[in-house]
Amino acid sequence: MNAQLSNAGADFRREDGAQPPSLFPPYASTVERSPREPLLRIPQTPTEQSGPGEWEALFGAQVTDLTCTRGAPALGQRIIVCGQVLDEDRRPVARTLIEMWQANAAGRYAHERDQWDAPLDPNFSGAGRVVTDEQGRYRYTTVRPGAYPWGNHYNAWRPAHIHLSLMGPAFATRLVTQMYFPDDPLIEIDPIANAVPRAYRQRMVAHFDINITQPSYALGYRFDIVLRGRAATPLRAGI
Amino acid sequence: MDTGQHSAPAPEPRSDSAAVAARADNQTPGLFGQTPWQTVGPFFHFGLPWDGCADLTGPSQTGGRPDLMPTGYAALRGPERSRAAPPMGERLQLTGYVFDAQGRPVPDVLLEIWQANASGYYRGSGFVGRGSASIDEDFFGFGRAATAEDGSFCFRTIRPGRVHFKAAAGALQSPHIALGVLGRGLLKRLTTRIYFDDEPSNAEDPILGLVPAHRRATLMAQRIDATATGAAGPSTDTRAHYRFDVRLQGERETVFFDY
Ligand SMILES: [Fe+3]
Repeated sequence: MNAQLSNAGADFRREDGAQPPSLFPPYASTVERSPREPLLRIPQTPTEQSGPGEWEALFGAQVTDLTCTRGAPALGQRIIVCGQVLDEDRRPVARTLIEMWQANAAGRYAHERDQWDAPLDPNFSGAGRVVTDEQGRYRYTTVRPGAYPWGNHYNAWRPAHIHLSLMGPAFATRLVTQMYFPDDPLIEIDPIANAVPRAYRQRMVAHFDINITQPSYALGYRFDIVLRGRAATPLRAGI
Repeated sequence: MDTGQHSAPAPEPRSDSAAVAARADNQTPGLFGQTPWQTVGPFFHFGLPWDGCADLTGPSQTGGRPDLMPTGYAALRGPERSRAAPPMGERLQLTGYVFDAQGRPVPDVLLEIWQANASGYYRGSGFVGRGSASIDEDFFGFGRAATAEDGSFCFRTIRPGRVHFKAAAGALQSPHIALGVLGRGLLKRLTTRIYFDDEPSNAEDPILGLVPAHRRATLMAQRIDATATGAAGPSTDTRAHYRFDVRLQGERETVFFDY
């Protein structure tokens, strides 16, 4: 029943054209933090094709409602984000960990290095984690984060975003991304989002969905996440 | 480029203009495929590291940056774990620094490690290993460490056993730890490996054999005298100490992999 089993042993597919380069000068801090030597291509071994599981024992309990972790409700527009984690062949990635962290509704992180003039919300810390079900589905509740300024260039503002970290089934399938919101004019002028080639950029924009939206409770967004999958035919690498 | 978008359910995609392309989203047919990487940014500390995440051998509060949490806030809580006994294997302490192109320490990097247990067994999902008899209940094999203000990090773990080069059988790899480097200014993860400079089997390791000889040293943790570790840990600690630095760019740039 598990399609992934039929591909056990096959290599995970390579990164495709959707992935940003390590060096993208409009995002200034990439300039001195990206390698100049080309990456060395190596075959996938058990090291790359295995990965941790047992998420709650390893990482801790799930936190799927970020709006009520500290007593009173957090301020801001309450939202529900749900979707499916899939591989490139649309096979569900079951029982994998998604971690998320974000600014509050005013665009301020509960973090000492974030010192711009927007208020902290004493009832919002902004971090959570959820494990996908057998169909790769996940769901969490939070508030829509605000945009915030950053020092990359004059009058630079990050579009509203939620940071997402996925472990996937293997060390090779690790993914960290950011989920953006539809109708945000800052995406088009954001160097981090723009590091992704235009043809693929909108993959990172959540889809507003009235069917996920709950009456008199929260707006709903759908965001499916696609990880590198195993190739259809097991590769017998000669090396 | 603002196209005056509205908040109605996204329309069916049309293929006639850049304006329509700009309003495409995650659910647009034809856009399906790998989700792009984005940087973890500078503020991951309250979401990703947990108390003790850099110690794979027992409960100690290493790996996170509680100093970066505002008064009254804390990082996401880690696991309830009460290890009765440390995992099997030779205990190691792995310390080092992350440097940028100018040789400056990088204070906002997150390192992730993944390794086999002392028997050469990878625990977890996608398991490939050398027999279920070698499961070590006390050892998960995954850890994280956020660099400190001085760019330093410290993992506590055990020396991994040798694992196969391919899942089925055949050649063994030299003991190594997979390392992922994430951080502000890193749009996507950089991956490398930590080997140990005093392992005779390095000479026959199939991955090291692919690395140009003059760059192999960048993958070698150097065994160091425990008395020379400074702030790395308590002086009473009996574990073997190794030093491994990550150089993101420039002189002695670390070899990073693509796989
Ligand atoms: Fe951010």
